[in-house]
Amino acid sequence: MGSVELPGPPRAARPPRPARAPRPRRTIRRRALPYLLIAPTVLALAAVLGYPLVDLVVLSFQDMTRRELFSGATPPWAGLAHYRSILSDGFFWTVVGRTALFTVACVAATMVLSLLVALLMRRVSPWVRTVMTGVLVAVWAMPVMVAASIFRWLSDADYGVVNWLLGLLPGLDFSKHNWFENPWQGFAVITGVVVWGAVPFAALTLQAALSQVPAELEEAALVDGARPGQLFRHVTWPVIKPSAVLVTSLCAIWDFGVFNQIWLMRGGQPEKDYYLLGVYSFIESFAVNRYSAGAAIAVLTVLMLLGGAVVYVRQLVHLGAAE
Amino acid sequence: MNTAPRTGHAPGRRRRRATANALGLAFSALMAFPLYWMLLTAFRPATEIHADPPHLWPDHLTLEHFRRALSTPTFWANVRSSVLIGVGTVLVSLLIGTLAAFALARFSFAGRKALVLIILGVQMIPLAGLIIPVYLLLSDAGLTDSLPGVILTYLVFMLPFTVWLLRGFIAAVPVELEEAAMTDGCTRLGAFRRVVLPLLAPGLVATSIYALVQAWNEYVLAYVLLSSNDKQTLSIWLLSFQTSFGTDYGGLMAGATLTALPVAVFFALVQRRIGAGLTTGAVKG
Repeated sequence: MGSVELPGPPRAARPPRPARAPRPRRTIRRRALPYLLIAPTVLALAAVLGYPLVDLVVLSFQDMTRRELFSGATPPWAGLAHYRSILSDGFFWTVVGRTALFTVACVAATMVLSLLVALLMRRVSPWVRTVMTGVLVAVWAMPVMVAASIFRWLSDADYGVVNWLLGLLPGLDFSKHNWFENPWQGFAVITGVVVWGAVPFAALTLQAALSQVPAELEEAALVDGARPGQLFRHVTWPVIKPSAVLVTSLCAIWDFGVFNQIWLMRGGQPEKDYYLLGVYSFIESFAVNRYSAGAAIAVLTVLMLLGGAVVYVRQLVHLGAAE
Repeated sequence: MNTAPRTGHAPGRRRRRATANALGLAFSALMAFPLYWMLLTAFRPATEIHADPPHLWPDHLTLEHFRRALSTPTFWANVRSSVLIGVGTVLVSLLIGTLAAFALARFSFAGRKALVLIILGVQMIPLAGLIIPVYLLLSDAGLTDSLPGVILTYLVFMLPFTVWLLRGFIAAVPVELEEAAMTDGCTRLGAFRRVVLPLLAPGLVATSIYALVQAWNEYVLAYVLLSSNDKQTLSIWLLSFQTSFGTDYGGLMAGATLTALPVAVFFALVQRRIGAGLTTGAVKG
């Protein structure tokens, strides 16, 4: 469309579809196409995620026990009873606080470490970079089960190599030290597994993002006398920010819902001191058979996550719209 | 300030690079140590596993633990179901996901924003919370203790990220290429197949790795949904080395090595694509 126009209505908002489509049949088909393309995804999500999600909410207002589960009878309604008893239970809030603290600790450690590693990877010789990438990829490939098993073995009270290595430091005696006796230390080990497993994804993503920072820009800033801190803040950070936000949000979501690592490291029987929201909900449901109470905890967890995740969605929608 | 010039001052630069290299290697050693310890435990005889103090280097190597792990009654059946579930999940989620990703990347349609919101929001639903209703749903459909049931469940948990990643890759392919192909007589589908799909290959690889690792890793759903021993996946099989009498760490580490091996090999083959893929997905998001 040329820029020279007849003096028509000045600056009228451009109609979304300029000119009536000459071939309406084609337009209908073209309009239907995106819906056909998304149909399988939407259907699958609705069936296997949407329906259970609704069911979860319904379940949390009912009183489902083993009997109803196996006979298929409709459970009696319980109203808000589960929510009332959970929300007034101090233990629930302890678990919420613990989950939040654990998430913040894991995400902060992962992101700081990953950013440092990603920046370091730009400075090392190519062969060292290859070594680092190799190690990161190998760690990334480890299934959670495997990682949890390894860390359990490393921190074993009797034959764990960590106790022995720490014992080598002057003045420390860690022989037969049980890391899981004190939940703070136990969670330190669990944080270790989580961070160890998350750093590869975060570091490699950030490193790939860093490679998109134009070298000329950095050099120009250096020539202009920018200090490293300034350089990072004004040149590097703006480029990698979208990736960093994405990785941080994903890590936060994953860490908030951590289940496997705790479940496996505590041998399938976590003590109450090791409950995070995911574990708590699962145990209420499957170990204690209070399915509805478990459902209510799960609903509350989802609500909390949604609240915290608004930032993430906003950022991504923003990115998507900017295309 | 003497930091400015990048030209010249070779000794200073060399020293800085040496420091960086040392840091990089130290970090690599620290990260790799747990893997080294897994391999070492898997390959050394039981007497050395329980040596006090532990030996950091191997004295003797043995395949005894691997033999024991491989001869557990359900091993091959568990490998089979892990492979079927992993491959099934990857194939179906790529097939369905690519279609949706294409729609999101190339069309503007009513409800597009809502779909994006749903796709992103779904990732926040903690899987552990949905176990009960998913179990009830699958039992109504007669799909508990069946591999298709697990694949279907995994699919839904993988799809959002798959769609989102692929969308970024498709958006990175210039529309003009497609338009050119269509001007040359290709249909929309033909243009997609001949132009977009080949350029999308790295994206498909990166995405399939993500889905494969997730499916291979998953533990809770498989644990609840699969009740027969021979249908369970390798991550559940690993638990069999932990009994109430204690943990067979030699067998467990051999089992862990075997479980991690396929994914590790797959990663090694395609590792170059991964980093680039993630960034394309994120930045061109």
